[in-house]
Amino acid sequence: MEHHNHDIVIVGGGAAGLRAAIAAVELEPKLDVAVVSKVYPMRSHTVSAEGGMAAVTREYDSFDSHAYDTIKGSDFLADQDSVELFVKEAPRESYQLEHWGCPFSRDPDGRISTRAFGGMSVKRTLFATDKIGFHLLHTLFQTSLKYENIRRYDEWFVTSLLVDHGRVEGVTAIEIRTGELVTILGKAVIIATGGCGRIFQFTTNGWIKTGDGMALSYRAGVPLKDMEMVQYHPTLLPNTGILITEAARGEGGHLVNKDGERFLKRYVPNKMELGPRDILSRAEMSEINAGRGFEGPYGSYVNLDLTHLGKITIEDKLPFVKELAEKYLGIDPEHEPIPVRPGQHYMMGGVHTDMHGFTGMPGLYAAGEVACVSMNGANRLGSNSLTECLVFGAAAGKAAAKYAVRLDSPSFGNPVQGEAMMEEKRIFDQLLKHEQGERISSIRTEMQNGMEKHVGIYRDENSLKEGCRIIGDLKTRLKNGIVEDKDHVYNTELVAALELDFMLDVAETMPYSAMQRRESRGAHYRTDYTKRDDTSFLKHSMAYKTSGPPRIEYSPVTVTRWKPEERVY
Amino acid sequence: MSQDIATIRVTRYRPEKDSKPFFQEYKVPYRHDMVVLDALNYIKAEIDGSLTYRWSCRMGVCGSCGANIDGEPKLTCASFLHEFKGRTITVEPMTHFPVIKDLVVDMQDFMEKLVKIQPWIIREKETPPEQGEYKQSAKELERYSQFSSCINCMLCYAACPIYGLNEKFLGPAATALAYRYIEDSRDQGKNARFPIVHEMEGVWECTLVGECSVVCPKGVDPMLAIQKTKILGATNALKSLLMPRGGR
Repeated sequence: MEHHNHDIVIVGGGAAGLRAAIAAVELEPKLDVAVVSKVYPMRSHTVSAEGGMAAVTREYDSFDSHAYDTIKGSDFLADQDSVELFVKEAPRESYQLEHWGCPFSRDPDGRISTRAFGGMSVKRTLFATDKIGFHLLHTLFQTSLKYENIRRYDEWFVTSLLVDHGRVEGVTAIEIRTGELVTILGKAVIIATGGCGRIFQFTTNGWIKTGDGMALSYRAGVPLKDMEMVQYHPTLLPNTGILITEAARGEGGHLVNKDGERFLKRYVPNKMELGPRDILSRAEMSEINAGRGFEGPYGSYVNLDLTHLGKITIEDKLPFVKELAEKYLGIDPEHEPIPVRPGQHYMMGGVHTDMHGFTGMPGLYAAGEVACVSMNGANRLGSNSLTECLVFGAAAGKAAAKYAVRLDSPSFGNPVQGEAMMEEKRIFDQLLKHEQGERISSIRTEMQNGMEKHVGIYRDENSLKEGCRIIGDLKTRLKNGIVEDKDHVYNTELVAALELDFMLDVAETMPYSAMQRRESRGAHYRTDYTKRDDTSFLKHSMAYKTSGPPRIEYSPVTVTRWKPEERVY
Repeated sequence: MSQDIATIRVTRYRPEKDSKPFFQEYKVPYRHDMVVLDALNYIKAEIDGSLTYRWSCRMGVCGSCGANIDGEPKLTCASFLHEFKGRTITVEPMTHFPVIKDLVVDMQDFMEKLVKIQPWIIREKETPPEQGEYKQSAKELERYSQFSSCINCMLCYAACPIYGLNEKFLGPAATALAYRYIEDSRDQGKNARFPIVHEMEGVWECTLVGECSVVCPKGVDPMLAIQKTKILGATNALKSLLMPRGGR
């Protein structure tokens, strides 16, 4: 088996992974860093982010205000020390990105423009029309090309972490183009693979968001934190799940029901369309359930009305919204409202880390959506996640560099060699050799439908039990799944089977964590426990992998200056 | 919603099995709002798990899913099946690229060209980010804005007859990106980039056919970038002739 050796191995080439890579080589220029990504980095899902990135850059704003908004948005489940670090680092990271060339939209005085966003009490979201994710990703990627000691493994799929006596020493990965399994050793590994939206049927997430890094870490023994906290975004196109950015509301768009009423006055009267995502998504569902939604070929929806914004605002500030509505729905948002409904968008939960991206397992770090640091708690505010990728991506890169620079390179001996050979056997002698069995795609569809139905916006004991049962069954069935494509070269079906195997592990933690949280908080809404319960549940759930179902433990929430209070908007 | 049946003919080529590419035909039920990518996904999920192609965002921004559809380079996620009603749709890998498998092409050449144009901000002196942003007016942004919209989908290379004849040609997307940095008021790397875009296989190879600008799904006009780079280059050459000590 071929093996490669680097100082740091980064899994994932989106915003967090690339920021980590640059931070590591800038801090320790002698280190050599591998970025291993299952797609070319500029295809990473960061590319789809639209609205903007939050940072305090104006005189009228303050760190305390950004911190409080974020903590209140999180329904007080965020760790306040992480939030305080985040808001302080956010401006520096934003200006750094600007210095690297990000084409931000500008105010007349030449400064980066700011716009309003849900749950943010002032305009603090920096933007590049409505394509910040695309521009941020390409800026970081192109900047990363400057560093010769960032070595890329484009289209390599990581299948497992190599662990030697509790210390991470690298990964096994399939070079997709050749189908060979290799080992990539490193003194430190940073997981930056993003979210896992493809576990759900209706999601904004791209095809590649399969929770790989969550599963890799979980299988290696690191807990997944707050996995019941799944964000449902209020404005997705009803047929495809394509995201219509919150910036559409930030620029003044209205949500209306079939009576032409701005129904949010009943739910978030002081914030209206700029309320937080969890409450807005439930408000839409309440309207629909009360018979005040529209009925279309893809079920019920409400309208996002931008017609009063005018041509100039739409073309200058929301060109991508216009393009998407026109292309995928044949609707011109200048003249017609856009049908929308809520759907899965983001994971607040993820790989447990501290403020430096450290997972607690020597050598293993994580940052970005894959991680739970935790600054988003039970509900993330829009435009905090890109900045999070930069702030905590950089933090993880630096922490990993400081760790790696002190160590000698791991050698390809046992137990790592044995683990790699087992992995080769699991994939090529077992999974790929099945000649008869169930299609991967049908198991995947059942998982997505089951999670949508039973672990969605509304949950209760029974639905969650059903969710646990379905995922458990599907895990058994996947053991007899069949990969029809037997080629080695560019076998996307094999990759999909391994991704599904990851997703099922990650999916299982959600209903189990949700079942034990007998309260409603942020995005986690229990119809059988509708109130928040700080006495019993002001704590993080921690899902540990066992040979059976996940074991759920708890860890305390860090409260620094903001005592939990009722969350009213 | 009513359903029709599309007939779709896809290039298959599996290097471990096939000595040369061939077409395979599939029937796919579709609704009005389905795109060619949805048809490929339907085939892979329901008919043939071995069909191989790239995709991710399905909203025209990740740049993964380019293919030649009825001979024209397009994003499969942005090509609607109903537009081909009543005839067979042919989906082939993008032209001018080596094929790895089925619709998956090798884009390593572009990745190398991208590094060559130094697509990052070059400055003589950096200001620490703590001191805030480099100011830029809306007008300055406008000068390079469209060229920063390239999603690296490679459709322009598939459409470019010059690249088809000479793969050393820097090509539309890489030139547009070089120009994007040259025109950025924050950048001072003109002198580093000019020799690259102006060397033999740089902008002078282009005969301004303009197919690149026609096929771009993001409204980038690489031909304009190439033209402008030629003009800038000529002016620069003239300046350095007249003012050899630095006509910047």
